Amino acid sequence: MKVAVDIKDLEEKARLIRIDILKMLTLAGSGHTGGSLSAADIVTALYFYKMRYNPKDPSWRERDRFILSKGHAAPLLYAALSRAGYFNPELLKTLRKIGSPLQGHPSRQSLPGVEVSTGSLGQGLSVANGIALGLRLDGIDSRVYCLLGDGEIQEGQIWEASMTAAHYHLDNICAIVDNNGLQIDGPVKEVMRVDPLPQKWNAFGWHIIETDGHNMGEIITALDEAETIKGKPTVIIAHTVKGKGVSFFEGRVEYHGIAPTQEELTRALKELGEVQHG
Amino acid sequence: MGKGLETKTGTAKATRVAYGEVLLELGKKRQDIVVLDADLSGSTNTGKFGKAFPDRFFNIGISEQDMMGTAAGLSLAGKLPFASTFAIFATGRAWEQVRQTICYSNLNVKIVATHGGITVGEDGASHQSVEDLTLMRVLPNMTIIVPADAKETEEVIEVISDEYGPTYVRLGRAKVPVIMPEDYRFNIGKAYIFHIGKDANIISCGIMVEKALKASERLKNDGLDVGVINMSTIKPIDEETIISVAKTSRAIVTAEEHSIIGGLGSAVTEVLSEKYPVPVKRIGVKDCFGCSGDPEGLLKLYSLTVEDIIAGIREVVRMKDNLW
Repeated sequence: MKVAVDIKDLEEKARLIRIDILKMLTLAGSGHTGGSLSAADIVTALYFYKMRYNPKDPSWRERDRFILSKGHAAPLLYAALSRAGYFNPELLKTLRKIGSPLQGHPSRQSLPGVEVSTGSLGQGLSVANGIALGLRLDGIDSRVYCLLGDGEIQEGQIWEASMTAAHYHLDNICAIVDNNGLQIDGPVKEVMRVDPLPQKWNAFGWHIIETDGHNMGEIITALDEAETIKGKPTVIIAHTVKGKGVSFFEGRVEYHGIAPTQEELTRALKELGEVQHG
Repeated sequence: MGKGLETKTGTAKATRVAYGEVLLELGKKRQDIVVLDADLSGSTNTGKFGKAFPDRFFNIGISEQDMMGTAAGLSLAGKLPFASTFAIFATGRAWEQVRQTICYSNLNVKIVATHGGITVGEDGASHQSVEDLTLMRVLPNMTIIVPADAKETEEVIEVISDEYGPTYVRLGRAKVPVIMPEDYRFNIGKAYIFHIGKDANIISCGIMVEKALKASERLKNDGLDVGVINMSTIKPIDEETIISVAKTSRAIVTAEEHSIIGGLGSAVTEVLSEKYPVPVKRIGVKDCFGCSGDPEGLLKLYSLTVEDIIAGIREVVRMKDNLW
């Protein structure tokens, strides 16, 4: 276990990652703003507190794995990977451009650090299970983290996979639901209700942890608790706000799938305490 | 290649049975092999492996999409996963998982599906896959193999175990005669030529290879020299052999237990129309669903018999004579 966690340091990392996300999306001119920002604190805690990895050796067998099942939050993954040292941050400027390893949705073949290509929703948890089964066969104690969207879990395959994880007692799996309450067409509860989340996951055989997905202290406590649960998989239901960190994006469904304009970026960066140069 | 099995030419065995046996043998030799099934392990024959190596066998239940994703994850963890179910569920129900997760990430997952084609028989159209080759052929990175008999199945499973990449192998339910020679060795992307005919050549796969051989034999009596090619690799297709036999006979018949849209017949005509156009007749299921019945009766009903191949040959020979 890490000693003397510097919460302030993690919060600062999350702030910088949000800035990266907004800048790269604005440059790209398209992409998914809301769901990248909502999960920024969770992913920061994973890459800069919890996970074991080596950016110099992306295929290190004993690394912890992160599967971004909600692949549209690619900008968040790219920001985290670049700050973790997987690639030069300059690459962030190429997001969604022809020839860029930073595809609109993560592509394993293009970018080291991407464990598996995602983007078509509902498929990541099955992959996470497969990795977890393989690790267990080899006696490797690495953990597998899988980030799901709350809209995403409308996909039936998620529930197939949730049965598999529980059936095979995959306690090296930790799923995290970015429960931001919104999907492209509107509030999740209006489009297709997924509540009650704790009861559903519990009925499927999972250990449940609920947390504020923007409180760094709570997030790391949840991640630490998940690691202590044996014999069953754990899901962290992280209550989040879509667009978190930028007041005029927060809770706004229309910012699910569009990038900030230059003017919005300027305002957003000011809110995040970043002075823009040039 | 060490052969632990000895399926003899001239005997009869279902390709799915051969699969179960060879998988068991490979499982003894290779610790990295893991097997997944979706509640059909008795029918697909993966159950034999499961019994011998319960730690390396994962029944995922009736959830083919999850099975493909789990297989992908196992390959990412360095395992060699074989995922099996019926052909229509492997390629239809789980098509997008195969596309997005397995092929797009280029993962080393071996999808070995049984119950391909209409000879599934009495279960009817819901379980008879005549579309699987089409669905898999359109996917980048995918290798597609249709063994002709039990012997070739043993070869294929061994060979693909040593080759990296997503692979789809189509096997059948019914017993089929073993026709490949004792010394046959399978190579991915290389057709097996029984002989090259001067008058026409039949390019076939799966259970239709045996029927092609019979058709060729029967036409000998009429003075026609008809060649037979076992095109067991559908992708990457052996262009060289296709063009070479087309140059010799200038008339081609394709024969497959699959829709004439998108499978072997399409692959062959795509090559020929771009590189060496000659008359082609495709023997296959003509854009329709199957139905219940005994396998032999269904082969007649859907025009997949020796007689149908013979009629096809007469047709292309006539077309050739009118053209040249």
